[in-house]
Amino acid sequence: MEKQKRHPDRWKRELPLVLMLIPAVILVTIYSYGSMVGTAIAFQKFNMANGLFGSEWIGFKNFQNLFSMPDIGQVIFNTVAISLAKMILGIIVPVVFALMLNEVTRTGVKRTFQTMVYLPHFLSWIILAGIFNDILSPSSGVVNQLLGLVGIKPIFFLGDQTWFPITMVITDVWKGFGFGSVIYLAALTGIDQNLYEAAQIDGAGRIKQTIHITLPGILSTIVLMTVLSMANILNGGFDQIYNLYSPAVYTTGDILDTFVFRLGIENAQHALSTAAGLFKSGVSLVFIVASYKLADRFAGYKIF
Amino acid sequence: MVHTKSSVSRKIFMVFNFLFLTVVSLICILPFINLLAVSFSSKTAVSTGQVSLWPVEFNVAAYEFILQSAAFVKALWISVQRTVLGVIVNVVLIVLTAYPLSKSKSEFRLRNVFSWFFVVTILFSGGLIPTYMIVHYTGIRNTLLALILPGALPVFNMLVVMNYMRSLPKELEEAAYIDGAGHMQTLMQVILPVCTPTLATVTLFSFVTHWNSWYDGMIYMDKVDMYPLQTYLQTVVINPEAFFRNSTNVSADLANYLNLVNAKTTNAAQLFLAIIPILCVYPFLQKYFTTGLVMGSVKG
Repeated sequence: MEKQKRHPDRWKRELPLVLMLIPAVILVTIYSYGSMVGTAIAFQKFNMANGLFGSEWIGFKNFQNLFSMPDIGQVIFNTVAISLAKMILGIIVPVVFALMLNEVTRTGVKRTFQTMVYLPHFLSWIILAGIFNDILSPSSGVVNQLLGLVGIKPIFFLGDQTWFPITMVITDVWKGFGFGSVIYLAALTGIDQNLYEAAQIDGAGRIKQTIHITLPGILSTIVLMTVLSMANILNGGFDQIYNLYSPAVYTTGDILDTFVFRLGIENAQHALSTAAGLFKSGVSLVFIVASYKLADRFAGYKIF
Repeated sequence: MVHTKSSVSRKIFMVFNFLFLTVVSLICILPFINLLAVSFSSKTAVSTGQVSLWPVEFNVAAYEFILQSAAFVKALWISVQRTVLGVIVNVVLIVLTAYPLSKSKSEFRLRNVFSWFFVVTILFSGGLIPTYMIVHYTGIRNTLLALILPGALPVFNMLVVMNYMRSLPKELEEAAYIDGAGHMQTLMQVILPVCTPTLATVTLFSFVTHWNSWYDGMIYMDKVDMYPLQTYLQTVVINPEAFFRNSTNVSADLANYLNLVNAKTTNAAQLFLAIIPILCVYPFLQKYFTTGLVMGSVKG
């Protein structure tokens, strides 16, 4: 009896909450879920004129064709190699930078450094590619002029197969390490200062303090960021590579996203491109779910 | 860290550390100083490689030229529009979504259903061609809406705001509820005023995302004169060959103009003008992202 009486009231109280959600639900249904349904064309002999409902279903044929393409193995290898290198350096460099910045005691000086290193994170790869194309040029680039001063011959950073992926990793780390250090700096301020005093009394030097207090203090944050970055295993960095690569470096620089783009937009192979995209999303899904599970277990991190 | 004694080795370390940080920080901003110097130098000084960090033969010809170019100004205007409208749409939807989802399951029984509904879109996305098709079928290609609606709710930023709202003391809402306030009133008058840091953070991130987006402009706009600034720069500065290859509909005066623009100084001026809005919000970004983002995302 009492339960029955409470129910209409509860719905009345909850209805406005549902109403608030409706605009977002509609847009997400159309543009996110709609495009998920659209991935069905990966299983079709799709053409734009017939549309999703008029095209012939051909099962896994597109995937067979995709994986029999001569370049696909190399593309997957490039993607994983570039993103792994970015992931590893993308953890180490920010941690080292945060540790060194943390040794600076004067806030004004510290803030000046921070202001300078955060900036590249907020600029688009369009701007940065415009700059890097210029300063990395083998003939007139500032970087090669500087290397010339110490007797190094000009390096074609963006046009050489060996150098291209290395350049991608270095410029990506350059863009992101400053902002990446924010979270470690926050973790460093959370370390109990009494631990350092106790260690000093025990006669521990700076290096021992770093190894035994500072690093364990930020370890959970390092683990968390490592685990979360696993979700990006197939993200080689489309914006960056698309704007810096050229056919000369496809063998070492082409990644899944650029491959999908050329296939879909430039060659109009819509179904094949979608199959490649679906393969990427499927593998990424496994990594994302695994990374969230691990993050929850090791660091108590929950996204909601 | 608290330091009491200062040994010789410590002093040497501090000097080394300071030098290291100085070099690293300079590496981060010198490319932009170089860009600025090039944009204010004469064409001959740039082409003979004389310009490094200070303008040579200072002049503003490149900026005069760019600001008089109809194509640049048009692209700038489209970017301003998509950024202003896009940020408004993003923030309104974030607030309207984060508030209901910040309720506990006992207050809002459908909470988990809706939460998963949104979180799934982080886990899995449809990809390039299917998204393009939806944009095409909904008839928003070649309009500003194509740049705004597909990403209207940035789910990760919404979760940051939601987590922040959940961390607020329950008493706030309870007091409002007892006073007879409805949900909308509670949200507007009680919750939002105390969410300033996290709202500022997501607003700024939305701003940066919209301002920096180029990819959507490239695939959803057929004509170059519909491109937002970053897409325009992508074709003009990064990829001029593709620009000519793809553009039969480009007007003769634009093609003419491109020949002139290829000078390094005008490229530099355009890139620098595109950085200015980011520089304008940069102090606020620095102030808010640490408080808003770190707190929101790390708490469970």
